[in-house]
Amino acid sequence: MVYGESLNQEQGSHNHTPGFIRRWFFSTNHKDIGTLYIIFSLIAGLIGGFFSLLMRAELATPGLDIVADGQAWNVIITAHGLLMVFFVVMPALIGGFGNWFIPLMIGAPDMAFPRLNNFSFWALVPALVLLIVSATIGTGAGTGWTIYPPLSAKLGHAGPSVDMAIFALHLAGASSILGAVNFITTILNMRTPGMTLHKMPLFVWAMLVTAFLLLLAVPVLGGAITMLLTDRNFGTTFFNPAGGGDPVLFQHLFWFFGHPEVYIMILPAFGIVSQVISTFSRKPVFGYLGMAYAMVAIGVIGFIVWAHHMFTVGMSADLRAYFMLATIIIAVPTGIKIFSWIATMWGGSLTFETPMLFSIGFVFLFTLGGVTGVILANAGIDTVLHDTYYVVAHFHYVLSMGAMFGIFAGIYYWFGKMTGRQYSEFFGKIHFWLFFIGVNITFFPQHFLGLAGMPRRIPDYPDAYAGWNLISSYGSYISFAATIIFFISIVYSLFFGKKCPSNPWGEGATTLEWTLSSPPPFHQFETLPEFKE
Amino acid sequence: MIKKIFFLLTLFLSFSLFGAEITNWQLGFRDPASPVMEKVNELHNFVLIMMTVITIFVLFLLLYVSIRFRKSRNPNPSKRSHHAVLEVLWTAIPVIILIFMAIPSFKLVYQQDITPDFDMTIKVIGHQWYWEYQYPDQDNLSFESYMVQDEDLKKDQPRLISVDNRLVLPTNTVIQVLVTGGDVLHSFAMPSLGVKKDAVPGRLNETWMRIDKPGVYRGQCSEICGTGHGYMPIVIEAISKDEFASWIIESKNKFAKININTLALADNN
Repeated sequence: MVYGESLNQEQGSHNHTPGFIRRWFFSTNHKDIGTLYIIFSLIAGLIGGFFSLLMRAELATPGLDIVADGQAWNVIITAHGLLMVFFVVMPALIGGFGNWFIPLMIGAPDMAFPRLNNFSFWALVPALVLLIVSATIGTGAGTGWTIYPPLSAKLGHAGPSVDMAIFALHLAGASSILGAVNFITTILNMRTPGMTLHKMPLFVWAMLVTAFLLLLAVPVLGGAITMLLTDRNFGTTFFNPAGGGDPVLFQHLFWFFGHPEVYIMILPAFGIVSQVISTFSRKPVFGYLGMAYAMVAIGVIGFIVWAHHMFTVGMSADLRAYFMLATIIIAVPTGIKIFSWIATMWGGSLTFETPMLFSIGFVFLFTLGGVTGVILANAGIDTVLHDTYYVVAHFHYVLSMGAMFGIFAGIYYWFGKMTGRQYSEFFGKIHFWLFFIGVNITFFPQHFLGLAGMPRRIPDYPDAYAGWNLISSYGSYISFAATIIFFISIVYSLFFGKKCPSNPWGEGATTLEWTLSSPPPFHQFETLPEFKE
Repeated sequence: MIKKIFFLLTLFLSFSLFGAEITNWQLGFRDPASPVMEKVNELHNFVLIMMTVITIFVLFLLLYVSIRFRKSRNPNPSKRSHHAVLEVLWTAIPVIILIFMAIPSFKLVYQQDITPDFDMTIKVIGHQWYWEYQYPDQDNLSFESYMVQDEDLKKDQPRLISVDNRLVLPTNTVIQVLVTGGDVLHSFAMPSLGVKKDAVPGRLNETWMRIDKPGVYRGQCSEICGTGHGYMPIVIEAISKDEFASWIIESKNKFAKININTLALADNN
């Protein structure tokens, strides 16, 4: 019987994979969807990185050298910001590593809602297309990633570009919310017997907190941009003072989403760094519960600090004082994490493979970005530094070096697990050192520019800022070279990398994904694994 | 001894020795020219020292563990993963440090935000892409201030931060500044004076300044406002009260004529 035979075959083979189209376009397999997310993120990263290179090339010397005018410049910075946030960092950390490793780490066969998972990914593709088209038609959306009205209203941007950018955010937002629902359900319901919440790997904790932040924050963005859309097209005046609306209302709504959003980008990186440092120190994570609840605390406080992005809009002194205090408090759980990572390494038996280098780099550079964050949290000082390059330097230290270092640590740490071939340590180390030097040369001088008063988002600057700007641009060229080496390294390792055993890292790698083959079978954990502590 | 070290550190880290004008390779704030900016500068130096010490401490710990506990020196990892005292300490000590920082910080916020009794008012209106200044106490004298285009620059005018009509203000006078936006958001920023206030359409924001020293102070629009965002500088010229009085008389004449001329032009059309 044909039917019976095929049934037997399916049961007999663990690695029976569907054909190319069914596997990659109608995928319901968490690992394949994770791979799709990572490829998507790398492509978007190339585009976003190209925009950064363009920006630094323009700013290398005074005068307009590359972009035609201020509007073209604004379109580039807007596209760069939106791409990096919604189409590079989030897909890589949440869609990519989250999909790949949450089921593996908690001993589940797949995500709770595999079809929803597929939809989450494919909603991102038209979102990216819409965003790129919005930058190329008409005048483009030159509003900054914060899309503040009235500049983003009909008054500032009459054409269809901003509408398209709004739709791009709608789709990306829907994708994130559905992904968050999927992650929460998976983590809460599908852990293997014995793995209580307090025994989950920290990466899973990080993803659980992230998913709750997404679920609570992104709908607010959705509401705000929908109100903006109706302001633009259907005559409402939510943000238009001529009709009794208020532009500052949009800023409150945006940052109620926007501040949790920055933690959404960094928490998964915290999770990855915790796994990596524990693995290469050959020690369990120090202060596990403190680490987990520090992330919960960061997530909760992250919802009550949003107006520190708005210290100059004209809030009352009491309100500024409150938001200052709440913001400063975040330094405490963050400090707990930094010191616990160091304590994890203390007494360990450390080796310095590429993922470990990126993680140690992360701890130091995140500390540096964190302390400039404390300086900016002082509302009085922020009055002078708000919207200057100091802010640009600060958030690139925590994102371009925090989140990105986390992503690279994750890629190198799990490369063998995901592809079956180990990355090249030689290329990996060159990549790390070049990138480390490059990003620091790019962003450290921007603190000086900010202190001296150079505003953000300007295509041309007074001649006195020329020195540090040139240095900064050189730094970005070095980072670009590092990125080329990264891509060479990936291609090289995919074809010529050594075959990766199930656990290439030895005694320190204790999470469940290292008990499976590399790459894991198409369907894993058909009988639930035993979880021993 | 500790006081001495602290003083030296402050000297080392206080980069604000650069004057009101920006200089190439500048490392810190511009010279403060108002009481608020003095305080901002002080607080910043204080916080910067604490933060620098913390960063160096973390860097030192990272380097130390990387050398001391590398596999070749420490082949057998310890299994310790808890230390209650240590965990309490690294929660409590940061809290204490932050409280130390928060006290002067709160003072500054209230000093900055609560306008003292003021002697005069100016109104600043941001437009795409120029500033409009009004002097309600000087018979509503008002004028617009555009950036000087590159081809029209005179010898002593720095590029992008020179304007045709400067905002002229008296020194040693408490000035209430009212800021609003005419179309989209802008932000009125003057780094040397510690002032930055968004120009929001439909809102009248208030801040204040007192300029200590005569001179020319420059700032740039600090909220993205469209294609000309980089091309709407703010230039304040601070002069003594006497000079200001005669400047007002001159200017009333000058800008009245301009206004009449524009009106006449409009009539002819």
